[in-house]
Amino acid sequence: MDKPVGYLEDAWARLRSNRAALFALYSLGFLFFMAIFGPLFSPYSYSEIHLELKNMAPCAKYWFGSDELGRDLFTRVWWGARISLFIGITAATIDVIIGILWGSTAAFCGGKVDEAMMRICDVLYAIPYLLLVILLTVIRGTGIVTILIAMTLTGWINMARIVRGQILQLKQNDYITAARAIGASPLRILFRHLIPNALGPIIAAMTLTIPTAIFTEAFLSFLGLGIQAPAASWGVMVNDGLSAMRYYPWRLFFPAAMITLTMLSFNLLGNALRDALDPRLRR
Amino acid sequence: MQMILHLLKKALILLISLWCVVTGTFFLMHAIPGDPFIGDRVIPQEVLDSLYAFYGLDEPLWVQYLNYLKGIFRGELGPSIVYQGRTVNEFIAEGFPVSAQLGLQALLLAIPVGILLGTWAAQKRSQWQDNCAMIISTMGVSVPNFVLSSILQFCFCVKLHLLPVARWGSFDHTILPTLALAALPIAFIARLTRSNMVEVLQQDYIRTASAKGLPLFRISLRHGLRNALLPVITYLGPVATQILTGSFMIEKIFAIPGLGQWMIHSINGRDYPMIMGLTIFFSSFLMISMFAVDLLYSLLDPRIRFSKERMANG
Repeated sequence: MDKPVGYLEDAWARLRSNRAALFALYSLGFLFFMAIFGPLFSPYSYSEIHLELKNMAPCAKYWFGSDELGRDLFTRVWWGARISLFIGITAATIDVIIGILWGSTAAFCGGKVDEAMMRICDVLYAIPYLLLVILLTVIRGTGIVTILIAMTLTGWINMARIVRGQILQLKQNDYITAARAIGASPLRILFRHLIPNALGPIIAAMTLTIPTAIFTEAFLSFLGLGIQAPAASWGVMVNDGLSAMRYYPWRLFFPAAMITLTMLSFNLLGNALRDALDPRLRR
Repeated sequence: MQMILHLLKKALILLISLWCVVTGTFFLMHAIPGDPFIGDRVIPQEVLDSLYAFYGLDEPLWVQYLNYLKGIFRGELGPSIVYQGRTVNEFIAEGFPVSAQLGLQALLLAIPVGILLGTWAAQKRSQWQDNCAMIISTMGVSVPNFVLSSILQFCFCVKLHLLPVARWGSFDHTILPTLALAALPIAFIARLTRSNMVEVLQQDYIRTASAKGLPLFRISLRHGLRNALLPVITYLGPVATQILTGSFMIEKIFAIPGLGQWMIHSINGRDYPMIMGLTIFFSSFLMISMFAVDLLYSLLDPRIRFSKERMANG
């Protein structure tokens, strides 16, 4: 007799059989590893200036070359990875927490409360996200906290809608009625039965939020509204590299390639997770 | 009746959102500490007073707010502080046509290319063509447009010397920005069209058509695409947002004198009335386009029309 396959095992098996997802997992593993340990491999700090060694091409001394102040690009690129990954994951986590609270409250209360909460979402959702982010950074000044606030201010709405939709659907199931019949409290039903079962789409949506957040940080830094010098953000480095593209293309290449690789990996993983965690596709 | 109610509700939400944007922008801008006129210079008190009076800044905050609201109803977004003697409206009149041309070109490129790519992928589902199209589409979503435009500039201008690097003027100048701006919408439209087409191609009437012996290409075009196209209208809302945000960067990178460029100038110069005016203009433009897309969709989708008639009869 076949061993019964659990939901997670099944999802994992399907994820592993997807070559794009495997690529994404490996490359994310690499990026995380380098973000944590990368700067340790290099003898320079990210803000160390060596004016006599500026704009060096990639060589044994500077693996990714150096910029117009002689700062080591290898160290700076991995510092940028720390910032980007931190912002992406933190923003996505905050979105998920607010989204779960808001969405499950709306779905669970139902009726007028649900209607009111969802209309608030509609109103906020119509406000263009990036303009809000720009406005807030102009007002609060630049910095990681501002970027995070700005991104999560409307970012949670999408998550709240997904959670609400999931819970409304799950509420119809017999096991919920059964749980209610044996006297489980509403909160227990919510946290024991409803939210764990809604986690699949939530995780997939969360994975797809991360590249958006990383892109937003790079976008803001690129416009000069994000992380400020001497900190090394990918957006800042691309902006610097752009002006030197003609003569020192590596200054543009490395940060640009890393942004692309990170966003690509998260997108691929998110799409694969969405397929793998979708119970409708389960055989 | 149902439909009119639905639309009224949507319109109400739009109005509330617009009001939120205007009010939020106004009060946030006025919460910034500091003074717009006091920079490095020392200005005599009398001059400051008359400046305040000229810009209406000596009034209490709520009077300023009401005046601003009144101005917006008349379509006036106020003066710029950095560029003296010019109004935000003048900048919009100057920059918007440029941005609009760029945006429209990108849209005209993105819609057909995206749809074709998506249809092709759905037709060759799970074959190498499908994988290929989806790799292109995932890349399009993942490569930030400022990276893409730098790559384009590097290849076509620095290396090949085929096209002008930047600036605005002839059609040649618009080619690279249009490409860079259209990439994300193309990827986005292709992905969504593919998933719609895959669903449509599984329907019974497609099986009937293929049982009749129609070639696959014809089925996709005549039966599939017609039904898969309708949702494309709903993509137009997000695509408008993508193009607008894209234009900020593309205009900066290619030095195009559009509205996005002015937005960045006003942010860097801390020209608060201008930031306020442009934010409100962009937001209203986007929100109204989304609303128009919604409207169009509910007018075109037979399912919504029919459900309306059924409700009217029943």
